Amino acid sequence: MATPLVEMVNIHKWFGSVHALKGVDFRVDRSEIVGLVGDNGAGKSTLIKILSGLIPPDEGKIFFEGKEVHFRSPKDPMKLGIETVYQDLMVVPYLNVYRNIFLGRELEKKVGPFKVLDIEKMKKEVERLLGDLGLRVASPDLPVEALSGGQRQAVVIARAMYFKTKLLILDEPTNNLSIKEARRVLDMVSALKRAGISCIFITHNLHHVYPVADRIVVLNRGVKIADLKKSETTVDEIEKLIVSA
Amino acid sequence: MGFRELGITVLQKKEISVTMILVATVLVFYSIQPRFLSSLNVEVLLKITPELGIVALGVTMLMIGGEFDLSVGSVFGFAPLLMAVLLGSGVNTWISFAAVMVVCSLIGATQGLITVKTGIPSFITTLGGMLIWRGLALVITGGHPLYFTPSQDFTYIFTGKLFPFVYSQLIIFLGLLVILQFILERHKFGNWVYAVGGRRQAAEAMGISSGQVKIILFILCSVLAGLGGVIQSARMSQAMPNQGSGLEFDAIAAAVVGGTSLFGGVGTLIGTMLGEFLCRVIENGLIIIRAPSYYFRLYIGIVIIVAVIGNLYIQRRTVRMRVRK
Repeated sequence: MATPLVEMVNIHKWFGSVHALKGVDFRVDRSEIVGLVGDNGAGKSTLIKILSGLIPPDEGKIFFEGKEVHFRSPKDPMKLGIETVYQDLMVVPYLNVYRNIFLGRELEKKVGPFKVLDIEKMKKEVERLLGDLGLRVASPDLPVEALSGGQRQAVVIARAMYFKTKLLILDEPTNNLSIKEARRVLDMVSALKRAGISCIFITHNLHHVYPVADRIVVLNRGVKIADLKKSETTVDEIEKLIVSA
Repeated sequence: MGFRELGITVLQKKEISVTMILVATVLVFYSIQPRFLSSLNVEVLLKITPELGIVALGVTMLMIGGEFDLSVGSVFGFAPLLMAVLLGSGVNTWISFAAVMVVCSLIGATQGLITVKTGIPSFITTLGGMLIWRGLALVITGGHPLYFTPSQDFTYIFTGKLFPFVYSQLIIFLGLLVILQFILERHKFGNWVYAVGGRRQAAEAMGISSGQVKIILFILCSVLAGLGGVIQSARMSQAMPNQGSGLEFDAIAAAVVGGTSLFGGVGTLIGTMLGEFLCRVIENGLIIIRAPSYYFRLYIGIVIIVAVIGNLYIQRRTVRMRVRK
């Protein structure tokens, strides 16, 4: 079997006396969409925060492309190509579309001894990217707060595509979206897979992730209770697992 | 771009409401007392506004970054006092000035570090700073003003009259305005300031160190406050212990009237400049029409509320107009 893109081994995390993760193993292969499912408090967010460098694990190892890695800040996983999208928290509402997409990694040009933002280039790139995603946004100058929820997700996904992300972590990307918009986001996730980008799709709604996922991982109270290839299971089987746990 | 598009673009500028109020206020004072726009009075306005405007620039930058600085008025008083003491003991003018600027940046860095590291609101940190620096100023002077006697070249460079109507401090103010506005719009640091103030978690998730950005802004704020105070003292040849008291709220008022959000993430320095001129026009206009000086705060209060409501209303309308297109 090929080396997985990311492998987390025997991850433990305590918050005071609460044992939030109890030795979880988790892996994502290349160009794979993994659905991470579980109820509130199952440990999904904690696992993802560890993988995105926001909090350190108390025990356990993380391997990226076969090499052990230690994440000290969100910058470290980003350098490797792991991007995390938290529930609607990843965009700055008053900043416009292109400033959001290039936030922290602005395109610059030299004017004399100074480096200034290359606004024309950023706008052009954004229009191309959104076109690739089949998305029409009135203008890259529009503040993100004027966009719909689905369009905001598209902004974030466009960011991942531009920066050649290897793994995109989406935290409840379909929450609070209309059915039509949720559908759109799922289409974009499939587009990511075709572009060779792996994806962790976190949700408490199994039906949202089932159509696009390659594999479903179920957490319950800090323990992994299922890790099933979609081709070897059914929605009913997983649902029973979640309910009976 | 059609007429409608042009209209939306203009209305979308956050400075629109303060501009309209400023023009209206000038016209009202002028119609009551034409001397308001006499060359003598216009010159006075252009002379006294910059030293306070410089402070408001720093306060605005910090507010866009999501923090407050209530200590600027006290630093505005403390910095020139310190410089007066140094000058009085025979230290060279430029060395004293450099030393005072270093002290100001240390004040900003300390207030910034405490705010960022402990996570207490900057409102509290700088409220403490406001009392500490003012208290220190009173301790040093025993409450009496000091002579402020820098070398002549210093006085000329910071307060000299260059052309009719144009004093050096106006050029310094406008120069700082252009540089800082350019940084906000065209440099990545500006993008980070808006992002940190607009939604800190998003900025941090994109690898931006919000603490660093904020500390830099705190330093900028204190340095500009000290600079404004030194310029005022150079203009008046004295440093007073109560110099700049109340300035912290004037500066926040100028920023808010000019479209800066109290919650961070939104604002422009052009708006603050217009807001600062508006405050000074009201102050000066009331004197010119011989209204009792007590009216000043009352009118500023009304203007703040009207301007902010105006901003909000216009913003909502234009966002809807653009989305509907």
